Amino acid sequence: MTAISTQSTAGAPAAATSTLDLAGVSRWYGNVVAVNDVTMRLGPGVTGLLGPNGAGKTTLLHMMAGFLSPSRGTVTLDGEPTWRNPGVYRRLGLVSEREAVHTFLSAYEFVLASAKLHRLPDPEAATKRAIELVEMEDAQTRRIGTYSKGMRQRTRVAAALVHDPQVLLLDEPFNGMDPRQRLHMMALLHRLGDAGRTILFSSHILEEVEQVSGTVQVMVAGRLAASGDYRTIRRLMTNRPHVFAVRSTDDRALAVALMAEASVSGVELGRTGLTVKAGDYGAFTRALPRIALRHGIRVRQLLPEDESLESVFSYLVEA
Amino acid sequence: MSTVTWITARGLFGRSRFLMLLPLPLILIGLAVLCRSLGVDPGQWGPPVLVGLGLAVVLPVVALIEGTGVLGAEIDDGTVVHILTKPLPRWQIVLPKLAVAAGVTAVTVGVPIYVAGVLADSVRLGLALVVASAAGALAYSALFLALSLVTRRPVLLGLVYVLIWEGLLGRFVSGTRVLSIQQWVIALADRMAPTPLLGTSVSVPVAAVLTALVAVGFTVLAIDRLRSFSVAGETS
Repeated sequence: MTAISTQSTAGAPAAATSTLDLAGVSRWYGNVVAVNDVTMRLGPGVTGLLGPNGAGKTTLLHMMAGFLSPSRGTVTLDGEPTWRNPGVYRRLGLVSEREAVHTFLSAYEFVLASAKLHRLPDPEAATKRAIELVEMEDAQTRRIGTYSKGMRQRTRVAAALVHDPQVLLLDEPFNGMDPRQRLHMMALLHRLGDAGRTILFSSHILEEVEQVSGTVQVMVAGRLAASGDYRTIRRLMTNRPHVFAVRSTDDRALAVALMAEASVSGVELGRTGLTVKAGDYGAFTRALPRIALRHGIRVRQLLPEDESLESVFSYLVEA
Repeated sequence: MSTVTWITARGLFGRSRFLMLLPLPLILIGLAVLCRSLGVDPGQWGPPVLVGLGLAVVLPVVALIEGTGVLGAEIDDGTVVHILTKPLPRWQIVLPKLAVAAGVTAVTVGVPIYVAGVLADSVRLGLALVVASAAGALAYSALFLALSLVTRRPVLLGLVYVLIWEGLLGRFVSGTRVLSIQQWVIALADRMAPTPLLGTSVSVPVAAVLTALVAVGFTVLAIDRLRSFSVAGETS
Protein backbone atom coordinates (compact mmCIF):
# COMPACT_ATOMS: atom_id res chain seq x y z
CA MET A 1 0.00 0.00 0.00
CA THR A 2 1.38 3.41 -0.89
CA ALA A 3 0.60 6.29 1.40
CA ILE A 4 -0.77 9.41 -0.23
CA SER A 5 0.22 12.65 1.38
CA THR A 6 -0.71 16.27 0.89
CA GLN A 7 -0.09 19.21 3.20
CA SER A 8 -0.45 18.02 6.83
CA THR A 9 -2.52 20.70 8.51
CA ALA A 10 -3.50 24.22 7.85
CA GLY A 11 -1.24 27.06 8.79
CA ALA A 12 2.27 27.27 10.16
CA PRO A 13 2.75 26.88 13.89
CA ALA A 14 2.82 30.18 15.72
CA ALA A 15 4.63 30.83 18.97
CA ALA A 16 1.71 29.73 21.17
CA THR A 17 0.94 26.58 19.21
CA SER A 18 2.19 23.04 19.58
CA THR A 19 3.20 20.38 17.12
CA LEU A 20 2.88 16.66 17.61
CA ASP A 21 5.39 14.61 15.64
CA LEU A 22 5.41 10.91 14.96
CA ALA A 23 8.55 9.56 13.33
CA GLY A 24 8.59 5.98 12.05
CA VAL A 25 6.27 4.84 14.82
CA SER A 26 5.37 1.17 15.09
CA ARG A 27 3.69 -0.76 17.84
CA TRP A 28 3.33 -4.49 18.00
CA TYR A 29 1.89 -6.96 20.49
CA GLY A 30 3.72 -10.26 20.10
CA ASN A 31 3.46 -11.05 16.39
CA VAL A 32 0.53 -8.70 15.83
CA VAL A 33 1.48 -5.35 14.35
CA ALA A 34 -1.10 -2.78 15.46
CA VAL A 35 0.65 0.29 14.04
CA ASN A 36 3.21 0.03 11.28
CA ASP A 37 5.82 2.69 10.53
CA VAL A 38 3.64 5.79 10.83
CA THR A 39 5.16 9.21 10.28
CA MET A 40 3.00 12.29 10.61
CA ARG A 41 3.10 15.85 11.88
CA LEU A 42 0.06 17.47 13.44
CA GLY A 43 -0.07 21.23 13.69
CA PRO A 44 -2.82 23.76 14.46
CA GLY A 45 -6.27 22.98 13.12
CA VAL A 46 -8.67 20.08 13.27
CA THR A 47 -7.56 16.75 11.85
CA GLY A 48 -9.68 13.63 11.62
CA LEU A 49 -8.04 10.28 12.30
CA LEU A 50 -10.04 7.95 10.16
CA GLY A 51 -10.02 4.23 9.74
CA PRO A 52 -12.12 1.11 10.03
CA ASN A 53 -12.36 -0.67 13.38
CA GLY A 54 -9.10 -2.42 14.12
CA ALA A 55 -7.05 -0.08 11.94
CA GLY A 56 -4.84 1.06 14.83
CA LYS A 57 -6.43 4.45 15.59
CA THR A 58 -6.74 3.95 19.34
CA THR A 59 -3.25 2.49 19.62
CA LEU A 60 -1.89 5.49 17.73
CA LEU A 61 -3.82 7.93 19.94
CA HIS A 62 -2.57 6.21 23.08
CA MET A 63 1.01 6.55 21.88
CA MET A 64 0.43 10.23 21.10
CA ALA A 65 -1.03 10.72 24.58
CA GLY A 66 1.90 9.01 26.33
CA PHE A 67 -0.09 5.98 27.41
CA LEU A 68 1.75 3.48 25.28
CA SER A 69 5.39 3.25 24.35
CA PRO A 70 6.16 2.87 20.65
CA SER A 71 7.88 -0.43 19.86
CA ARG A 72 9.89 1.57 17.35
CA GLY A 73 10.08 5.26 16.43
CA THR A 74 9.39 8.38 18.46
CA VAL A 75 6.36 10.43 19.44
CA THR A 76 7.19 13.98 20.50
CA LEU A 77 5.23 17.07 21.46
CA ASP A 78 7.27 20.17 20.60
CA GLY A 79 10.35 17.99 20.64
CA GLU A 80 9.65 16.33 24.01
CA PRO A 81 8.76 12.63 24.15
CA THR A 82 5.23 11.96 25.35
CA TRP A 83 6.09 8.58 26.91
CA ARG A 84 7.08 8.69 30.61
CA ASN A 85 6.86 12.47 30.57
CA PRO A 86 3.89 13.78 32.61
CA GLY A 87 5.03 17.36 31.92
CA VAL A 88 3.49 17.15 28.41
CA TYR A 89 0.01 17.17 29.96
CA ARG A 90 0.39 20.89 30.61
CA ARG A 91 -0.08 21.29 26.85
CA LEU A 92 -2.02 18.16 26.02
CA GLY A 93 -5.57 17.07 26.79
CA LEU A 94 -7.03 13.62 26.17
CA VAL A 95 -10.58 12.40 25.89
CA SER A 96 -10.29 8.64 25.72
CA GLU A 97 -12.88 6.40 24.14
CA ARG A 98 -13.69 4.53 27.32
CA GLU A 99 -16.49 6.12 29.27
CA ALA A 100 -14.47 6.47 32.45
CA VAL A 101 -15.55 9.10 34.95
CA HIS A 102 -15.84 9.18 38.70
CA THR A 103 -19.58 8.64 38.91
CA PHE A 104 -19.69 9.61 42.58
CA LEU A 105 -18.63 13.20 41.75
CA SER A 106 -20.66 15.96 40.14
CA ALA A 107 -19.47 17.45 36.85
CA TYR A 108 -18.36 20.56 38.74
CA GLU A 109 -16.34 18.52 41.24
CA PHE A 110 -14.85 16.39 38.47
CA VAL A 111 -13.73 19.36 36.38
CA LEU A 112 -12.59 21.29 39.46
CA ALA A 113 -10.47 18.31 40.52
CA SER A 114 -8.86 18.42 37.06
CA ALA A 115 -8.17 22.12 37.42
CA LYS A 116 -6.59 21.60 40.84
CA LEU A 117 -4.49 18.67 39.65
CA HIS A 118 -3.21 20.97 36.89
CA ARG A 119 -2.33 23.48 39.62
CA LEU A 120 -4.17 26.26 37.79
CA PRO A 121 -3.96 29.65 39.52
CA ASP A 122 -7.76 30.07 39.64
CA PRO A 123 -9.27 26.57 39.42
CA GLU A 124 -12.86 27.73 40.11
CA ALA A 125 -12.82 30.21 37.22
CA ALA A 126 -11.25 27.65 34.88
CA THR A 127 -13.90 25.11 35.89
CA LYS A 128 -16.71 27.58 35.23
CA ARG A 129 -15.28 28.42 31.80
CA ALA A 130 -14.83 24.75 30.82
CA ILE A 131 -18.34 23.80 31.93
CA GLU A 132 -19.82 26.71 29.99
CA LEU A 133 -17.84 25.64 26.94
CA VAL A 134 -19.62 22.28 26.87
CA GLU A 135 -22.97 23.71 27.99
CA MET A 136 -23.23 21.69 31.19
CA GLU A 137 -24.15 24.54 33.53
CA ASP A 138 -27.63 23.24 34.32
CA ALA A 139 -26.55 19.75 35.39
CA GLN A 140 -23.15 20.57 36.87
CA THR A 141 -24.12 19.89 40.49
CA ARG A 142 -25.76 16.51 39.83
CA ARG A 143 -23.78 13.29 40.32
CA ILE A 144 -22.20 12.08 37.08
CA GLY A 145 -23.75 8.67 37.73
CA THR A 146 -27.13 10.18 36.83
CA TYR A 147 -25.94 11.57 33.45
CA SER A 148 -26.67 10.30 29.96
CA LYS A 149 -23.76 9.02 27.89
CA GLY A 150 -23.58 12.29 25.96
CA MET A 151 -23.51 14.37 29.15
CA ARG A 152 -20.70 12.23 30.54
CA GLN A 153 -18.81 12.72 27.32
CA ARG A 154 -19.21 16.49 27.53
CA THR A 155 -18.06 16.42 31.15
CA ARG A 156 -14.93 14.55 30.13
CA VAL A 157 -14.31 17.07 27.36
CA ALA A 158 -14.67 19.90 29.89
CA ALA A 159 -12.14 18.19 32.18
CA ALA A 160 -9.74 17.77 29.26
CA LEU A 161 -10.12 21.43 28.27
CA VAL A 162 -9.95 22.98 31.73
CA HIS A 163 -6.26 23.89 31.39
CA ASP A 164 -6.77 25.21 27.86
CA PRO A 165 -4.35 22.73 26.23
CA GLN A 166 -2.58 23.47 22.96
CA VAL A 167 -3.21 19.90 21.81
CA LEU A 168 -6.43 17.99 22.29
CA LEU A 169 -6.74 14.33 21.39
CA LEU A 170 -10.22 12.81 21.27
CA ASP A 171 -10.98 9.14 20.68
CA GLU A 172 -14.42 8.71 19.09
CA PRO A 173 -15.73 11.89 20.76
CA PHE A 174 -19.20 11.79 19.22
CA ASN A 175 -20.12 8.37 20.57
CA GLY A 176 -23.37 8.46 22.50
CA MET A 177 -24.18 12.08 21.66
CA ASP A 178 -27.55 13.08 20.32
CA PRO A 179 -27.63 15.14 17.08
CA ARG A 180 -27.80 18.50 18.85
CA GLN A 181 -24.89 17.64 21.16
CA ARG A 182 -23.00 16.35 18.14
CA LEU A 183 -23.43 19.63 16.30
CA HIS A 184 -22.40 21.54 19.39
CA MET A 185 -19.27 19.43 19.79
CA MET A 186 -18.43 19.88 16.11
CA ALA A 187 -18.76 23.65 16.45
CA LEU A 188 -16.56 23.56 19.55
CA LEU A 189 -13.84 21.61 17.75
CA HIS A 190 -14.03 24.06 14.85
CA ARG A 191 -13.63 27.00 17.21
CA LEU A 192 -10.68 25.41 18.98
CA GLY A 193 -9.02 24.61 15.67
CA ASP A 194 -9.61 28.13 14.39
CA ALA A 195 -8.07 29.48 17.60
CA GLY A 196 -4.80 27.72 16.78
CA ARG A 197 -5.24 24.56 18.83
CA THR A 198 -4.05 21.25 17.46
CA ILE A 199 -7.07 18.97 17.52
CA LEU A 200 -7.02 15.34 16.50
CA PHE A 201 -10.12 13.23 16.76
CA SER A 202 -10.60 9.65 15.70
CA SER A 203 -13.73 8.30 14.15
CA HIS A 204 -14.92 5.50 11.97
CA ILE A 205 -17.99 7.51 10.92
CA LEU A 206 -17.21 9.30 7.70
CA GLU A 207 -19.94 11.91 7.94
CA GLU A 208 -18.58 13.09 11.27
CA VAL A 209 -15.10 13.57 9.90
CA GLU A 210 -16.38 15.18 6.73
CA GLN A 211 -18.36 17.73 8.70
CA VAL A 212 -15.61 18.61 11.17
CA SER A 213 -12.45 18.49 9.17
CA GLY A 214 -11.24 18.48 5.60
CA THR A 215 -7.85 17.28 6.77
CA VAL A 216 -7.61 13.61 7.51
CA GLN A 217 -5.10 10.97 8.49
CA VAL A 218 -6.39 7.67 7.16
CA MET A 219 -5.28 4.50 8.90
CA VAL A 220 -5.79 1.17 7.18
CA ALA A 221 -4.52 -2.09 8.72
CA GLY A 222 -2.05 -0.28 10.98
CA ARG A 223 -0.54 1.85 8.23
CA LEU A 224 -1.03 5.50 7.40
CA ALA A 225 -2.74 5.14 4.03
CA ALA A 226 -3.26 8.83 3.30
CA SER A 227 -2.69 12.18 4.90
CA GLY A 228 -3.96 15.66 4.10
CA ASP A 229 -7.08 17.26 2.59
CA TYR A 230 -9.26 14.42 1.37
CA ARG A 231 -10.30 16.27 -1.80
CA THR A 232 -6.66 16.72 -2.69
CA ILE A 233 -6.00 13.09 -1.83
CA ARG A 234 -8.76 12.11 -4.24
CA ARG A 235 -7.18 14.11 -7.04
CA LEU A 236 -3.87 12.37 -6.45
CA MET A 237 -5.49 8.99 -7.05
CA THR A 238 -4.73 9.08 -10.76
CA ASN A 239 -5.27 5.35 -11.18
CA ARG A 240 -8.99 5.82 -10.54
CA PRO A 241 -11.05 7.83 -13.02
CA HIS A 242 -12.91 10.82 -11.58
CA VAL A 243 -16.65 10.65 -11.92
CA PHE A 244 -18.64 13.80 -12.78
CA ALA A 245 -22.37 14.38 -13.12
CA VAL A 246 -22.96 16.77 -16.02
CA ARG A 247 -26.22 18.35 -17.18
CA SER A 248 -26.47 20.51 -20.25
CA THR A 249 -28.86 21.86 -22.85
CA ASP A 250 -28.03 18.90 -25.17
CA ASP A 251 -26.68 15.93 -23.22
CA ARG A 252 -26.48 13.59 -26.24
CA ALA A 253 -24.47 16.01 -28.38
CA LEU A 254 -22.21 16.78 -25.44
CA ALA A 255 -21.64 13.05 -24.84
CA VAL A 256 -20.53 12.57 -28.47
CA ALA A 257 -18.22 15.56 -28.24
CA LEU A 258 -16.73 14.46 -24.92
CA MET A 259 -15.84 11.01 -26.25
CA ALA A 260 -13.34 12.69 -28.56
CA GLU A 261 -11.59 14.31 -25.60
CA ALA A 262 -8.43 12.47 -24.51
CA SER A 263 -8.95 12.98 -20.77
CA VAL A 264 -12.40 11.31 -20.91
CA SER A 265 -12.45 7.53 -20.49
CA GLY A 266 -16.20 6.97 -20.59
CA VAL A 267 -19.59 8.68 -20.85
CA GLU A 268 -22.94 7.32 -19.78
CA LEU A 269 -26.13 8.97 -20.94
CA GLY A 270 -28.85 8.84 -18.33
CA ARG A 271 -32.31 10.35 -17.92
CA THR A 272 -31.06 13.16 -15.72
CA GLY A 273 -27.82 13.89 -17.53
CA LEU A 274 -24.38 12.50 -18.23
CA THR A 275 -22.03 10.55 -16.02
CA VAL A 276 -18.54 11.24 -17.24
CA LYS A 277 -15.42 9.33 -16.20
CA ALA A 278 -12.24 11.32 -16.62
CA GLY A 279 -8.70 10.08 -16.09
CA ASP A 280 -7.28 13.57 -15.52
CA TYR A 281 -9.27 15.86 -13.23
CA GLY A 282 -7.57 19.09 -14.30
CA ALA A 283 -7.52 18.35 -18.05
CA PHE A 284 -11.21 17.45 -18.09
CA THR A 285 -12.43 20.48 -16.12
CA ARG A 286 -10.41 22.74 -18.42
CA ALA A 287 -11.59 20.98 -21.60
CA LEU A 288 -15.32 20.87 -20.80
CA PRO A 289 -16.12 24.59 -21.21
CA ARG A 290 -14.10 24.73 -24.42
CA ILE A 291 -15.92 21.71 -25.91
CA ALA A 292 -19.32 23.01 -24.85
CA LEU A 293 -18.63 26.42 -26.36
CA ARG A 294 -17.42 24.91 -29.61
CA HIS A 295 -20.66 22.92 -29.99
CA GLY A 296 -22.98 25.64 -28.81
CA ILE A 297 -24.04 23.70 -25.71
CA ARG A 298 -24.65 25.31 -22.36
CA VAL A 299 -23.44 23.34 -19.30
CA ARG A 300 -25.98 23.65 -16.50
CA GLN A 301 -24.33 21.47 -13.87
CA LEU A 302 -20.92 19.96 -13.22
CA LEU A 303 -20.57 17.96 -10.01
CA PRO A 304 -17.64 15.75 -8.97
CA GLU A 305 -19.45 12.61 -7.79
CA ASP A 306 -16.71 10.67 -6.04
CA GLU A 307 -14.90 13.42 -4.23
CA SER A 308 -16.70 12.73 -0.98
CA LEU A 309 -14.74 11.39 1.94
CA GLU A 310 -16.72 8.18 1.61
CA SER A 311 -15.42 7.60 -1.91
CA VAL A 312 -11.87 8.48 -0.94
CA PHE A 313 -12.05 6.21 2.06
CA SER A 314 -13.48 3.26 0.16
CA TYR A 315 -10.80 3.63 -2.54
CA LEU A 316 -8.09 3.64 0.15
CA VAL A 317 -9.48 0.65 2.00
CA GLU A 318 -9.91 -1.34 -1.22
CA ALA A 319 -6.38 -0.49 -2.42
CA MET B 1 -5.82 17.28 51.79
CA SER B 2 -4.45 16.80 48.28
CA THR B 3 -6.86 16.40 45.39
CA VAL B 4 -5.62 12.86 44.77
CA THR B 5 -6.28 11.97 48.42
CA TRP B 6 -9.73 13.55 48.23
CA ILE B 7 -10.71 11.68 45.04
CA THR B 8 -9.31 8.41 46.41
CA ALA B 9 -11.16 8.75 49.70
CA ARG B 10 -14.41 9.75 47.96
CA GLY B 11 -14.07 6.76 45.64
CA LEU B 12 -13.33 4.40 48.49
CA PHE B 13 -16.21 5.43 50.69
CA GLY B 14 -18.51 5.68 47.70
CA ARG B 15 -17.98 2.10 46.61
CA SER B 16 -19.95 -0.78 48.01
CA ARG B 17 -16.73 -2.71 48.58
CA PHE B 18 -16.13 -0.45 51.57
CA LEU B 19 -19.02 -2.24 53.29
CA MET B 20 -16.98 -5.43 52.98
CA LEU B 21 -14.62 -3.97 55.57
CA LEU B 22 -17.17 -3.89 58.37
CA PRO B 23 -18.00 -7.55 59.18
CA LEU B 24 -14.48 -8.74 60.04
CA PRO B 25 -13.71 -6.04 62.66
CA LEU B 26 -17.18 -6.55 64.17
CA ILE B 27 -16.56 -10.30 64.44
CA LEU B 28 -13.21 -9.63 66.12
CA ILE B 29 -14.76 -7.32 68.72
CA GLY B 30 -17.75 -9.62 69.16
CA LEU B 31 -15.59 -12.69 69.84
CA ALA B 32 -13.36 -10.83 72.32
CA VAL B 33 -16.37 -9.43 74.20
CA LEU B 34 -18.06 -12.84 74.22
CA CYS B 35 -14.99 -14.65 75.57
CA ARG B 36 -14.40 -12.00 78.21
CA SER B 37 -18.03 -11.96 79.33
CA LEU B 38 -18.10 -15.76 79.56
CA GLY B 39 -14.99 -15.66 81.75
CA VAL B 40 -12.86 -17.77 79.42
CA ASP B 41 -9.15 -17.72 80.27
CA PRO B 42 -7.38 -15.15 78.02
CA GLY B 43 -4.55 -17.67 77.61
CA GLN B 44 -7.04 -19.83 75.71
CA TRP B 45 -8.90 -17.31 73.57
CA GLY B 46 -6.19 -14.66 73.23
CA PRO B 47 -3.91 -16.32 70.64
CA PRO B 48 -6.67 -17.54 68.29
CA VAL B 49 -8.60 -14.24 68.43
CA LEU B 50 -5.71 -11.75 68.49
CA VAL B 51 -3.34 -13.60 66.17
CA GLY B 52 -5.46 -16.20 64.37
CA LEU B 53 -8.25 -13.77 63.52
CA GLY B 54 -6.96 -10.23 64.12
CA LEU B 55 -3.45 -10.29 62.68
CA ALA B 56 -3.72 -13.30 60.35
CA VAL B 57 -7.11 -12.51 58.78
CA VAL B 58 -8.58 -9.08 59.56
CA LEU B 59 -5.38 -7.06 58.99
CA PRO B 60 -4.28 -8.65 55.68
CA VAL B 61 -7.80 -8.94 54.26
CA VAL B 62 -8.69 -5.31 55.01
CA ALA B 63 -5.30 -4.23 53.64
CA LEU B 64 -5.93 -6.35 50.55
CA ILE B 65 -9.31 -4.71 49.92
CA GLU B 66 -7.86 -1.22 50.46
CA GLY B 67 -4.46 -1.70 48.87
CA THR B 68 -5.77 -3.18 45.65
CA GLY B 69 -8.78 -0.85 45.65
CA VAL B 70 -7.20 2.61 45.80
CA LEU B 71 -5.53 2.28 42.41
CA GLY B 72 -6.61 -1.12 41.08
CA ALA B 73 -10.30 -0.18 41.00
CA GLU B 74 -9.47 2.96 39.00
CA ILE B 75 -7.35 0.94 36.61
CA ASP B 76 -10.19 -1.55 36.16
CA ASP B 77 -12.83 1.07 35.39
CA GLY B 78 -10.48 3.35 33.41
CA THR B 79 -10.86 6.41 35.65
CA VAL B 80 -7.12 6.29 36.37
CA VAL B 81 -6.62 8.08 33.03
CA HIS B 82 -8.24 11.15 34.56
CA ILE B 83 -5.45 11.44 37.13
CA LEU B 84 -2.65 10.24 34.88
CA THR B 85 -3.30 12.93 32.25
CA LYS B 86 -2.14 15.55 34.72
CA PRO B 87 1.39 16.98 34.94
CA LEU B 88 2.02 15.32 38.29
CA PRO B 89 5.15 13.39 39.19
CA ARG B 90 3.91 9.85 39.72
CA TRP B 91 5.01 9.77 43.35
CA GLN B 92 2.41 12.49 43.99
CA ILE B 93 -0.22 9.99 42.89
CA VAL B 94 1.13 6.85 44.58
CA LEU B 95 1.94 8.34 48.01
CA PRO B 96 -1.51 9.87 48.68
CA LYS B 97 -3.18 6.65 47.55
CA LEU B 98 -0.88 4.60 49.77
CA ALA B 99 -1.60 6.96 52.67
CA VAL B 100 -5.37 6.48 52.21
CA ALA B 101 -5.07 2.69 51.95
CA ALA B 102 -2.73 2.35 54.93
CA GLY B 103 -4.64 4.92 56.98
CA VAL B 104 -8.06 3.36 56.45
CA THR B 105 -6.63 -0.11 57.11
CA ALA B 106 -4.89 1.05 60.28
CA VAL B 107 -8.08 2.60 61.62
CA THR B 108 -10.35 -0.26 60.54
CA VAL B 109 -8.05 -2.83 62.15
CA GLY B 110 -6.73 -0.65 64.97
CA VAL B 111 -10.05 -0.11 66.73
CA PRO B 112 -11.08 -3.78 67.05
CA ILE B 113 -7.54 -5.03 67.75
CA TYR B 114 -7.21 -2.43 70.50
CA VAL B 115 -10.47 -3.53 72.09
CA ALA B 116 -9.48 -7.20 71.82
CA GLY B 117 -5.99 -6.50 73.23
CA VAL B 118 -7.39 -4.61 76.20
CA LEU B 119 -9.93 -7.34 76.94
CA ALA B 120 -7.31 -10.06 76.61
CA ASP B 121 -4.54 -8.46 78.65
CA SER B 122 -4.02 -4.74 79.11
CA VAL B 123 -4.19 -1.29 77.59
CA ARG B 124 -0.47 -1.60 76.88
CA LEU B 125 -1.06 -4.70 74.76
CA GLY B 126 -3.95 -2.95 73.03
CA LEU B 127 -1.74 0.02 72.13
CA ALA B 128 1.15 -2.23 71.07
CA LEU B 129 -1.19 -4.11 68.74
CA VAL B 130 -2.47 -0.81 67.31
CA VAL B 131 1.05 0.47 66.57
CA ALA B 132 2.31 -2.85 65.19
CA SER B 133 -0.76 -3.38 63.01
CA ALA B 134 -0.38 0.20 61.69
CA ALA B 135 3.16 -0.70 60.60
CA GLY B 136 1.77 -3.91 59.09
CA ALA B 137 -1.00 -1.93 57.36
CA LEU B 138 1.66 0.21 55.68
CA ALA B 139 3.70 -2.80 54.53
CA TYR B 140 0.67 -4.77 53.33
CA SER B 141 -0.80 -1.72 51.56
CA ALA B 142 2.46 -0.97 49.75
CA LEU B 143 2.67 -4.62 48.66
CA PHE B 144 -0.93 -4.82 47.44
CA LEU B 145 -0.87 -1.40 45.79
CA ALA B 146 2.25 -2.42 43.85
CA LEU B 147 0.57 -5.72 42.94
CA SER B 148 -2.32 -3.80 41.37
CA LEU B 149 0.22 -2.22 39.01
CA VAL B 150 2.23 -5.30 38.12
CA THR B 151 -0.55 -7.81 37.57
CA ARG B 152 -4.14 -7.87 36.39
CA ARG B 153 -5.06 -10.20 39.26
CA PRO B 154 -3.79 -8.40 42.35
CA VAL B 155 -6.49 -9.76 44.66
CA LEU B 156 -5.78 -13.35 43.67
CA LEU B 157 -2.02 -12.94 44.14
CA GLY B 158 -2.58 -11.12 47.41
CA LEU B 159 -4.76 -13.94 48.67
CA VAL B 160 -2.12 -16.46 47.64
CA TYR B 161 0.46 -14.54 49.71
CA VAL B 162 -1.82 -14.23 52.73
CA LEU B 163 -3.42 -17.65 52.70
CA ILE B 164 -0.74 -19.89 51.20
CA TRP B 165 2.52 -18.21 52.16
CA GLU B 166 1.64 -16.71 55.53
CA GLY B 167 -1.23 -18.98 56.52
CA LEU B 168 -0.20 -22.42 55.33
CA LEU B 169 3.56 -22.40 54.75
CA GLY B 170 4.11 -20.09 57.72
CA ARG B 171 2.50 -22.68 59.96
CA PHE B 172 4.47 -25.70 58.74
CA VAL B 173 7.71 -24.31 57.26
CA SER B 174 9.32 -22.13 59.89
CA GLY B 175 11.80 -20.52 57.46
CA THR B 176 8.97 -18.81 55.54
CA ARG B 177 8.06 -16.80 58.65
CA VAL B 178 11.05 -14.54 58.06
CA LEU B 179 9.26 -13.23 54.97
CA SER B 180 5.85 -12.86 56.60
CA ILE B 181 4.41 -9.42 57.37
CA GLN B 182 2.10 -11.07 59.87
CA GLN B 183 5.09 -12.42 61.85
CA TRP B 184 6.79 -9.01 61.75
CA VAL B 185 3.67 -7.42 63.23
CA ILE B 186 3.57 -10.03 65.99
CA ALA B 187 7.28 -9.49 66.73
CA LEU B 188 6.86 -5.71 66.93
CA ALA B 189 3.78 -5.94 69.17
CA ASP B 190 5.45 -8.48 71.42
CA ARG B 191 8.47 -6.17 71.79
CA MET B 192 6.29 -3.24 72.86
CA ALA B 193 4.10 -5.30 75.21
CA PRO B 194 5.75 -8.65 76.03
CA THR B 195 3.06 -11.27 76.61
CA PRO B 196 2.73 -15.04 76.29
CA LEU B 197 -0.32 -14.44 74.11
CA LEU B 198 1.94 -13.47 71.18
CA GLY B 199 4.82 -15.59 70.02
CA THR B 200 7.10 -15.58 67.00
CA SER B 201 10.53 -16.80 66.01
CA VAL B 202 11.33 -13.62 64.04
CA SER B 203 13.60 -11.16 65.83
CA VAL B 204 12.53 -7.56 66.34
CA PRO B 205 15.39 -5.96 64.34
CA VAL B 206 14.68 -8.26 61.40
CA ALA B 207 10.96 -7.48 61.64
CA ALA B 208 11.54 -3.72 61.82
CA VAL B 209 14.03 -3.63 58.97
CA LEU B 210 11.99 -5.90 56.70
CA THR B 211 8.78 -3.96 57.38
CA ALA B 212 10.51 -0.74 56.35
CA LEU B 213 12.13 -2.40 53.33
CA VAL B 214 8.84 -3.84 52.07
CA ALA B 215 7.00 -0.54 52.59
CA VAL B 216 9.66 1.50 50.82
CA GLY B 217 10.58 -1.08 48.18
CA PHE B 218 7.06 -1.75 46.95
CA THR B 219 6.22 1.96 47.02
CA VAL B 220 9.22 2.69 44.79
CA LEU B 221 8.18 -0.19 42.53
CA ALA B 222 4.62 1.19 42.32
CA ILE B 223 5.89 4.67 41.41
CA ASP B 224 8.13 3.26 38.71
CA ARG B 225 5.35 1.09 37.27
CA LEU B 226 2.95 4.01 37.21
CA ARG B 227 5.49 6.01 35.21
CA SER B 228 5.30 3.34 32.51
CA PHE B 229 1.57 2.74 32.81
CA SER B 230 0.08 1.59 29.51
CA VAL B 231 -3.55 1.76 28.52
CA ALA B 232 -4.75 -1.20 26.51
CA GLY B 233 -6.53 -0.24 23.28
CA GLU B 234 -10.22 -0.99 23.06
CA THR B 235 -10.71 -0.90 19.35
CA SER B 236 -7.06 -0.65 18.33
